[in-house]
Amino acid sequence: MDLGQFILMRHELLLTVAALAILVAEIFTSEKNKSKLINFALVLFALVTFIGFIPGETGNLFGGSFQSSQLTVFMKNVLNLAVLIVFLQAEGWLRKPENADKISEYFILTLSTLIGMNFMVSAGDFLIFYIGLETATIPIAGLAAFDKYKSESAEAGIKLILSSALSSGILLFGLSMIYGATGSIYFADIATKVAPNALIALGFVFFVSGMGFKISLVPFHFWTADVYEGAPINVTSYLSVVSKGAAAFIFTIVLFTVFKNIVELWKPMIYTLAIATMTIGNLFAMRQNNIKRFLAFSSIAQAGFILLGILGAGELGMTAIVYFVLVYVFTNLGAFGVVAAIHNASGVETISGYNGLYQTNPKLSWLMTISLFSLAGIPPIAGFFGKFFLFTAAAGSGYYILVLIAVLNATISLYYYLLVIKAIFIEKNEQPIPEFRSSNSMRIALVMCITGVLVTGFASGVFEYIRSISKLFLN
Amino acid sequence: MIQGIPLEHFLVVSTIMFFIGVCGFIIRRNLITMLMAIELILNSVNINFVVFNRYLYPDQLQGQFFSLFIVGIAAAEASVAIALIINIYRNVKNIEVENVNEMKF
Repeated sequence: MDLGQFILMRHELLLTVAALAILVAEIFTSEKNKSKLINFALVLFALVTFIGFIPGETGNLFGGSFQSSQLTVFMKNVLNLAVLIVFLQAEGWLRKPENADKISEYFILTLSTLIGMNFMVSAGDFLIFYIGLETATIPIAGLAAFDKYKSESAEAGIKLILSSALSSGILLFGLSMIYGATGSIYFADIATKVAPNALIALGFVFFVSGMGFKISLVPFHFWTADVYEGAPINVTSYLSVVSKGAAAFIFTIVLFTVFKNIVELWKPMIYTLAIATMTIGNLFAMRQNNIKRFLAFSSIAQAGFILLGILGAGELGMTAIVYFVLVYVFTNLGAFGVVAAIHNASGVETISGYNGLYQTNPKLSWLMTISLFSLAGIPPIAGFFGKFFLFTAAAGSGYYILVLIAVLNATISLYYYLLVIKAIFIEKNEQPIPEFRSSNSMRIALVMCITGVLVTGFASGVFEYIRSISKLFLN
Repeated sequence: MIQGIPLEHFLVVSTIMFFIGVCGFIIRRNLITMLMAIELILNSVNINFVVFNRYLYPDQLQGQFFSLFIVGIAAAEASVAIALIINIYRNVKNIEVENVNEMKF
């Protein structure tokens, strides 16, 4: 085998090197210089992200176990970019004295989960898929329990690891049945042998339940709000954007390539899940006062919209999902960035605590407004186009009633997003959050988010590009 | 095949193990016992993979390899989970589920 072929794994290899470099740098840094590790890690990861964007070869490795195509490379770049924004947002938080002794842990754990996600997205068989999934999940539990002296954080960690272990057990039980029915774990082989019989149907149900935990679809969403609330805010943003985005990518890839011959079998299931996820996510989001819990339920509802794209199978559905996740990365990280900045400066985490924010911090207020409008899908902003293409894909497959329900849900979601905006702009407060200036890297991150929202919304080239690479991928 | 034991017997055992695991996870109120229930689920999956491989596709090894990887990853998962349980114990001096309830709806 030609070693030059390993260039196909350039994202994974670069990330591994980066994680090891941070580990070694940590060993050789003296106690009082630990905070310099943050700068080192940020520069290193920015470099990795940048190199990832250089176009390169595509193809298969290890007899089809590892598949690299333009679409998967694009997905990895989206994930890298999201993690870069998360790192920039976490900078101010990591510089706090209570985190001084665990700076490198944050970066190493995050990078190892990112490596797992990259392998998962590129998987060509269920073994690599499973290993990637576990690599992407196990370290996140450690991250969720990052504030180890706070009982909420410890609780979030244990809830995450137990529910994700259960879900991967269920997923594996499904995979074992699919293996029994088809005799292969390779995506390409299974796709040709899969047929709508009882064993496959049973295995598929277990598979979807397992993945449902990871994407937090509705009957499997109970861990989400607790973990999001208990984990530190920068870990929450990572969980809700990067982790969920990667899981949505691979779920779509598996459904569209491996199970494409049994579409009739899974469509009713995804249909029900979509309705339940959108509706229940929205209804629960309305009654939250903690902003992290609120964003958790809002992200559950957004996952329901992603399922719409899966129903609109084919090239348009794939394009709509990738585009939606791209927009969702910038939008949600914008919202989480504002929440993190406010939390770092004042410790406020409740929506009622945001009352009167506009009087003291107008720039942050506008940013939050744009992010929430984008999440709700108000026209000229990117979030609208993300939802629009998902609805178009679903309507193209003839699911008019589902699209109607989705539109109703989008309207309901506007109500609770506006509650936050009302708190910021209209509600009076004797003692609003005092004016503060967030760190430079936080500002860079927020500018990146807002640029991303504007560029992905107004430049039609992004959508066209995703469409062309999804076409290549599916054929 | 293996001294005349048909495939179905193994599948019945593994299915029973799986559901004992799921029930245990839901019913038990101790974090360590919940972890044991998850190990039961993973072991039932291992039986499935090995048996399907041995009986239906004896000319290849994919299922057996998969089960080896599951064993390894389950160990990693258990070690992280136990570390987090110790962390919980340090915070609330208990590992009963009733005490891990600071966040609810």
